[in-house]
Amino acid sequence: MIRIENLKKKFKKLQALDDINAIFSSGQVISLIGPNGSGKTTLIKTILGMVKADSGKVFVDSKPINGDPSYRSNIGYMPQIGRYPDNMKVGHLFSMMKNIRTVPESSLDTDLLVRFNLVSIFDKPMRTLSGGTRQKVSAALAFYFNPDILILDEPTAGLDPLSSEILKEKILQEKRKNKLILITSHILSDLDELTTHVMYLQEGKMIFLKDIETLRRETGEDKLVKAIAGIMRSDKKNALWIDEVLAIKATKENP
Amino acid sequence: MLKLTRYVLYDIIRSRVVLAYAVFLLLVSFSLFQLEENHSKAILSLLNIVLIVVPLISMIFTTIHYYNSYEFIELMLSQPLSRTRILLSEYAGVAISMIAAFLLGVGVPVLVYSPDPTGITLIFTGAGLTLVFTSIAFLASVKARDKARGIGSVLLLWFYFSLIYDGLVMLILFAFSDYPMEKFTLLLAALNPVDLGRISIMLKLDVSALMGYTGALYKDFFGSNTGVLFTSAMMLVWTAIPLWTALVIFQKKDM
Repeated sequence: MIRIENLKKKFKKLQALDDINAIFSSGQVISLIGPNGSGKTTLIKTILGMVKADSGKVFVDSKPINGDPSYRSNIGYMPQIGRYPDNMKVGHLFSMMKNIRTVPESSLDTDLLVRFNLVSIFDKPMRTLSGGTRQKVSAALAFYFNPDILILDEPTAGLDPLSSEILKEKILQEKRKNKLILITSHILSDLDELTTHVMYLQEGKMIFLKDIETLRRETGEDKLVKAIAGIMRSDKKNALWIDEVLAIKATKENP
Repeated sequence: MLKLTRYVLYDIIRSRVVLAYAVFLLLVSFSLFQLEENHSKAILSLLNIVLIVVPLISMIFTTIHYYNSYEFIELMLSQPLSRTRILLSEYAGVAISMIAAFLLGVGVPVLVYSPDPTGITLIFTGAGLTLVFTSIAFLASVKARDKARGIGSVLLLWFYFSLIYDGLVMLILFAFSDYPMEKFTLLLAALNPVDLGRISIMLKLDVSALMGYTGALYKDFFGSNTGVLFTSAMMLVWTAIPLWTALVIFQKKDM
């Protein structure tokens, strides 16, 4: 569904993406992981056409993405930080998106809208919403048009545990519908039950793209955090980051 | 395209700045026509205000609007819409509202008090200048990364077109006063939309008799149908080129 060939992007001196090659197909849930600034968001934004690559190609449904923007009607995107027009009311935002995409009412997926109880805040302007509520709005918008590809950038960051569970459940549901889902997250335990593949990025380079079974077999670990830690330990620089993750996780679990 | 423009217009109208601009122009126009017995004199005073205020307000408003709707633009970029369409919708929204405010603030009083060719020329010149400077401001804001730089460059451009350019022209004319410069000044006038507007209105008024040989040459050229066509075409070029450049830059921009 998405094919990436020799993708390169440089921001001034920083090599944000360094020769990325990958193929994602439907039914997969890809976890994009890596330290901050490793190029995860840049990769996502390049797929969406918001960032223009220096060289290399991205194909969505075997069509190159530059040119016709209609491929984006098949993608639901939940940004890391959802930024919306301040004065726009929540209800107005949804009706506007509906109007722009011109889709029949029956094909809309209002599941999250209902479960997050967003209808009750339809007359509130976006600027009055808290960070978490904004995240809910972003999530509901991403799933709203029932797209075949979902791109979720840090979906659970800032959500309360209950909403986070609702969202995870929704992702699982969509996974069963044979959709392609791309997720970036630093909360590896959240990804454990969702993911089928792991793509590890560091300093713009793709270190590996493996399915979770292979990963588990190779490392002999059942948990994603430990499996990745096992692989990363072999490399000193990488091990540093993964040890930090483990340390934080340990303090969280046994306060 | 119109769909998006509608949302841009809705956003602009709600901010009420455009309304204030229209009321300001309306007050100035009416008071000038009330103060001056001779409507031709009132038109001349109005011309000077239009030539200063219209470019300044058009540029400042456009720049602030662009940066304020950055979130909206970002949101639209993740939708199946082309970048050209997004920026053109923004331009159309801003240009339509600014021209509407100008027509209400200056057009209506002029048509009430002095509905002659001079008045009509003033209205067309003002509307043309609005289009031109909105387009230039779009170029400046697309090119500048942050708001401060955008507004700064727009102010500089306004200084250039309203003050510095005339100074430069004077300097050139003085330096080469031994040579026949009449044809050359025609070219110089075309390179500044403000001067172009000023000349085309001045020639409709009696004061052009005071401008000597150059005035006669101008009257010969700008007074004719070819001159009107030339002025309109130059205004169009001044609108199209900055807007087109802005589109090209916007196409390649990383959001």
